[in-house]
Amino acid sequence: MRASLVVAVLALAGLLGPPGRAADGRRSDAEAMSPALRAMQQDDAANPGMLSVLDGEALWSAKAGGAGRSCADCHGDATVSMKGVAARHPAWDAGRGSAVDLAGRIALCRTERQDAAPLPPESPDRLALTTYVAHQSRGMPIAPPDDSGLRETRARGRTLFTTRIGQLNLSCATCHDDLAGRRLGGTPIPQGHPVGYPLYRLEWQATGSLQRRLRNCMTGVRAEPYPFDAPELVALEAYLMERAAGLAMETPAVRP
Amino acid sequence: MRTASLAVGLAAALLGPLAIPSRAAPPPRIEGQALPGSPTGRPGDPARGRAIVVDRTRGLCLLCHSGPFPDQPFQGDLSPSLAGAGSRHSPGELRLRIVDGRVLNPDTIMPSYGRRDGLVRVGEAWRNRPILAPDEIEDVVAFLATLRD
Ligand code: HEC
Ligand code: HEC
Repeated sequence: MRASLVVAVLALAGLLGPPGRAADGRRSDAEAMSPALRAMQQDDAANPGMLSVLDGEALWSAKAGGAGRSCADCHGDATVSMKGVAARHPAWDAGRGSAVDLAGRIALCRTERQDAAPLPPESPDRLALTTYVAHQSRGMPIAPPDDSGLRETRARGRTLFTTRIGQLNLSCATCHDDLAGRRLGGTPIPQGHPVGYPLYRLEWQATGSLQRRLRNCMTGVRAEPYPFDAPELVALEAYLMERAAGLAMETPAVRP
Repeated sequence: MRTASLAVGLAAALLGPLAIPSRAAPPPRIEGQALPGSPTGRPGDPARGRAIVVDRTRGLCLLCHSGPFPDQPFQGDLSPSLAGAGSRHSPGELRLRIVDGRVLNPDTIMPSYGRRDGLVRVGEAWRNRPILAPDEIEDVVAFLATLRD
């Protein structure tokens, strides 16, 4: 009795089946990868993204800036305090009246609470700290918070997602909603779920952020990419997280 | 002639935006489903057209299409094969499809290779130019016309 109830609840939540797959057909793009790449992602000793996690762990407890404080001085043990945090970002920052993604939040802590030099987008330290914090949510379902400000942000993100852009005149939705699973040249088009960021991409030979990926897709259709940290990119991130709600986090993922 | 008034409307909609050099004499006229007549006034070159079609940074065609190109790995499967395109369509139909397929299917995902208007947030490097120049489009048309089954 009890067991079957639990099964039913899990099925409803879309949590049954292989991790990263929902009952409605949404799935992590890791599932479409070659067995070799999947094995690389799953083995922490082989996953190159784990180097960023290790760098981030060291930075977490390093004192920095005029305040002479480390992240750990305020937040304690990240394996406890940062669990689930990445799964609910972007979050609404009531003080600023805007949505903030995880990397943006870390950059704000850096300047405002540590009184330290800013961490520029895609700088190794910002990526390392973001990867370390997001890693604490690995395996947890994406759980976008319900917040009126965020709802507006997500609606804006959805509009950006469905608007055709660039010289090739395609929208994100054209590829990731309508054509996912088909082949663009030789490349299978993924559903485009942001489950594994920051992640290690073989094509980049580096760990990179979700915003870097989004800018790549924009350049791919010959559109002008929004600058890093632009509200449009955060809005797209917020929409993508809602679109992926319930899928399990994988940071640091590995992608081709 | 049944499509004459439609053709006039479409031609009007297309005139300004088409990337046709102003020196090219008569403006393009859509007749039925076709854009007959080379706007460059010279026939396209099929060999150059093939090179454009298989080039992933110029024609981009194989991102979406497959076709009779045994030397080309990694062809797309988002749209019909180009094999036999020259049997199914006249050169004028092929030209219209490439210059502006939106005329035939407003929702098509195939880019309008000859248009530079009606686009959003085009990247700096590509702004105000069509994907292919008129003479390149003529080369592609000439090549597609050779794909017969
Ligand atoms: C013409 C097709 C196309 C368009 C348009 C496109 N993408 Fe992509 N996208 C891809 C392909 C192909 C990949 C995977 C690349 C690879 O694995 O080599 C990808 C990857 C992604 C990923 C990464 C998924 C993962 O597993 O890490 C995200 C997220 C994404 N796209 C979002 C977007 C957004 C947002 C837009 C619009 C701004 C967009 N894409 C526009 C084709 C497209
Ligand atoms: C982003 C995708 C995409 C690209 C790039 C693309 N096409 Fe297409 N093409 C399509 C689709 C989809 C169709 C199907 C008709 C429609 O959608 O209206 C099509 C239809 C066609 C047809 C008619 C096929 C038939 O048998 O009826 C021809 C010919 C054609 N394309 C040629 C080309 C050439 C040549 C290029 C490059 C210069 C090209 N296409 C680039 C997506 C694309």
